[in-house]
Amino acid sequence: MTAPTQNEVGRDLRLTGVTKRFGDFVAVDDLSLTVPRGSFFALLGPSGCGKTTTLRMVAGLEEPTKGHIAIGHEDITWSKPYKRPVNTVFQSYALFPHLDIYENVAFGLRRRGVKDVKKQVEDMLDLVELTGYARRKPAQLSGGQQQRVAVARALINRPEVLLLDEPLGALDLKLRRQMQLELKRIQTEVGITFIHVTHDQEEAMTMADTIAVMNGGRIEQMGAPADLYENPMTTFVANFLGQSNLLTGKITGRAGDDTLIDINGNRVALPTSRVHAGSDMAHVGVRPEKMQISISEDEAVPAGHNSLDGVIIDASFIGVSTQYLVKLPWGQEIAVFAQNVRRDDRLVDGARVSVHWDPSHAFALDAAQAADAGVELDEEAALPDPVAT
Amino acid sequence: MAIDLTTPRAAAAQPPVAARPARGPVHWVREHLIQILGLGALFYMFLPIFVVFAFSFNSPVGRTNYTWSKFSLNAWLHPCDPEGMCESLGLSLKIGVVATIGAATLGTLIAFALARHRFRGRSATNLLIFMPMATPEVVMGSSLLTLFLNLTVIPLGPITITIAHVMFCVSYVVVTVKARIAGLDPRLEQAAMDLYADESTAFWKITFPLVLPGIVAGALLAFSLSFDDLIVTNFNSGSYVTFPMYVLGSSQRGTPVQVNVVGTAMFAVALVFVIGGQIIRRRRMVV
Amino acid sequence: MASPSDLVPGLDELTDEVSGTKSGRLRSRKTPYLLLAPGMLWLALFFVVPMIFLLSQSLQTGNLDDGYTLTFRFANYADAASGYGAIFIRSFVWALVATVLALVIAYPLAYLIAFKSGRWKNVLLVLVIAPFFTSFIIRTLAWTFILSDDGAVVRFLNWSHINDVLTFLQLTSDQRVLATPLAVIAGLTYNFLPFMILPLFASLDRIDPRFLEAAQDLYSAPFTAFRKITWPLSLPGVVAGTLLTFIPAAGDYVNAQLLGNPSTRMIGSVISAKFLSTGDLPAAAALSFTLMVTIVILVSVYVRRAGTEELV
Repeated sequence: MTAPTQNEVGRDLRLTGVTKRFGDFVAVDDLSLTVPRGSFFALLGPSGCGKTTTLRMVAGLEEPTKGHIAIGHEDITWSKPYKRPVNTVFQSYALFPHLDIYENVAFGLRRRGVKDVKKQVEDMLDLVELTGYARRKPAQLSGGQQQRVAVARALINRPEVLLLDEPLGALDLKLRRQMQLELKRIQTEVGITFIHVTHDQEEAMTMADTIAVMNGGRIEQMGAPADLYENPMTTFVANFLGQSNLLTGKITGRAGDDTLIDINGNRVALPTSRVHAGSDMAHVGVRPEKMQISISEDEAVPAGHNSLDGVIIDASFIGVSTQYLVKLPWGQEIAVFAQNVRRDDRLVDGARVSVHWDPSHAFALDAAQAADAGVELDEEAALPDPVAT
Repeated sequence: MAIDLTTPRAAAAQPPVAARPARGPVHWVREHLIQILGLGALFYMFLPIFVVFAFSFNSPVGRTNYTWSKFSLNAWLHPCDPEGMCESLGLSLKIGVVATIGAATLGTLIAFALARHRFRGRSATNLLIFMPMATPEVVMGSSLLTLFLNLTVIPLGPITITIAHVMFCVSYVVVTVKARIAGLDPRLEQAAMDLYADESTAFWKITFPLVLPGIVAGALLAFSLSFDDLIVTNFNSGSYVTFPMYVLGSSQRGTPVQVNVVGTAMFAVALVFVIGGQIIRRRRMVV
Repeated sequence: MASPSDLVPGLDELTDEVSGTKSGRLRSRKTPYLLLAPGMLWLALFFVVPMIFLLSQSLQTGNLDDGYTLTFRFANYADAASGYGAIFIRSFVWALVATVLALVIAYPLAYLIAFKSGRWKNVLLVLVIAPFFTSFIIRTLAWTFILSDDGAVVRFLNWSHINDVLTFLQLTSDQRVLATPLAVIAGLTYNFLPFMILPLFASLDRIDPRFLEAAQDLYSAPFTAFRKITWPLSLPGVVAGTLLTFIPAAGDYVNAQLLGNPSTRMIGSVISAKFLSTGDLPAAAALSFTLMVTIVILVSVYVRRAGTEELV
């Protein structure tokens, strides 16, 4: 294992054409990506998409069928796990049950022959706020505490890349939120590259600088959370991250910087830079919170906004917002999330409404892609995976 | 239609209150049937042990120790009085230790192979390991005797007894250790390698300490099977006498009281071991 | 679109294993064979080979003085069947009775420990396991006292006339219990009780008590819940326990010797006597081999559905 040299304190991690096959099943399909040093990178996707397999290949716990993995200029594709400057925080923490917390955290240092580990262990326990727990056994700690020990155990070795395999999956909601912020804080403080694997899109968006959305062994889209969210390029990404209303229509032409699309007789425009369709049929996507709703009679649609008429079939008051389900003339139901700033009592079931949005908030995707890609999987992903250890 | 609860008439027309079911001794027995039967079975198991304990303090009239005559500590104070008893005890202990070490070693190796590797001939291996547990001792003992009689190289005695004991104890060790390995999280070894331990270090520092309780349990089981074995030993001991053989032999002439002393002592030692094991397990809190 | 992991539960674990989880590298192909070799060789040498010798011995003729020669005398088996058929049957019947009795006695105890023991669970387990490590022969001898002719048990049986019923069933005789079939069966039952309790307990302990609650919630009376849920789920333990009891019981002779009389001999006693006393090795070997084969057949029929993985 080579330590970083003077001029490359922390190096980029690069995967090139990495493929992993288990018999006939392709878990990871020709994956290429570069993780810049010091960034918080998230691999996001539903269970079975290959994100954990990719992580394990970086850790050295799996061998790629094809392709290369390199840190800086050093090719580590075939290096053993104990020879890589990479450490892992496992999904089930994998704390050694027969060793106390002190020895668990010190394990990596001891294996590398470090003689005096006391100061480093104590500092690390302080960092994860577990001072005083040094002599306890893992079984005596709560889930959240175990998770922090797992992080400490990995971080103490100052790896160039820290891999986190769905580390927050077993925690309850409140604790998870807390730990998300904690991990982000630690990463910023320590400056190490973090690669975080998760199926929780909110978690990825909260913590990561860059997200790679994976599906079926491939990367669907990669970029900053806001970019992915506001300007998805595939239906999978549009549905997996948050929620999208997808309206199918035919591209009719251009008008300046905008593209015009006809949706069942309604003319809609959006900036051409946000059109990612290959043919002339496209899904126009607008997120529910970007849509606004008003009584049709009021004719309150601002100039320049696209609008569609429909009927409210459900209005659910959530507290922060009200979620409307609006049925369009051709039967499609779309969702509208309206923040409860000013409540209009007339917006009830059966009301005739106009749903409108700013054209720059819409995006257009290739109609050849399934409109429901990434939808059900998101719900499944919210449940704990019964198969995982 | 509102119900007016304030009128007296409404208060009078209350629903009938269900009577509490009568409780009697029959009912109590039915409710606690499982407990009664279960504890009865436990009592049945312990009855002979009480008898053994009680009669170790007997000073028998005549050779047989079947009727109580008077209390005496004689047997406890002079445990090795009966001729040949302590020798047989020593032989059983020695054989027990050697056989345990042998069976524990062979069995642990097999358990690891079965639990952690894929290989051809798995079913055949499982079958061969299962067979000794499914064979009556008479058959095993007699077949081994036939072997030793034909291979005159090995004289009948401690060596043949030990060989036999190792043979039938291995299976039990395999079952015990394999269960323990199966319950181990495979990610622990991976975590160790992720933390710079090579394969060998990961095994000795992580896997082995966690499997050790299973190996110890298997070893204890092997020891008790070996120490207590009568039938297979009887066939293959030649002129040597182990403790169970001694007891069987003396039962015709009249078992000395000291036998009860040994029996009680064995039970006490076993109790200490089993309770100790429970305490250790709780103390270590090994998941 | 569902992924293979969704369709096949456990696929991830399986593929982990297939690709070689330990370090992501496939272990040396030879490792398992090296690990297996010493133990399996030992078993082959001292279990399988002796069986072959036994078979060979059973086809020989001769005696202690003149020696033995391999004459392929299959008549040995015919002799065994005709001469000792009754004793064979007696041994199997008694072993069966003892097994059933052991099951009846052990089941409530195992059930008690698994479901109704609360804080006392570990204590009870200790109490069940400890006698197992105590010399069985000493405990069996204690029964000669408990069942002695003027002991409390026998006097009670006589006074209550239960002994008359037992004598009618040919289980006892002469106002005695010792040196009767009943004593032998009782001894067999007692000896192998721990072998019945522990597998039963292990099986019952695995049952989630909430299954029973669910059954009660769905209008099932306690006994029905037992019949339809607990009993079927405890079957693996029942199978294991009955095997571990029946097999050694069928070949036992110690109980018959200590608690019975010459007319209650079991097949084990005959084999032992022929081997060690009279030196009629071919006949003894034939009997022994027949016992072995019979048990193997019975066990295979009984366990037809369980794979070998579940047995070991």
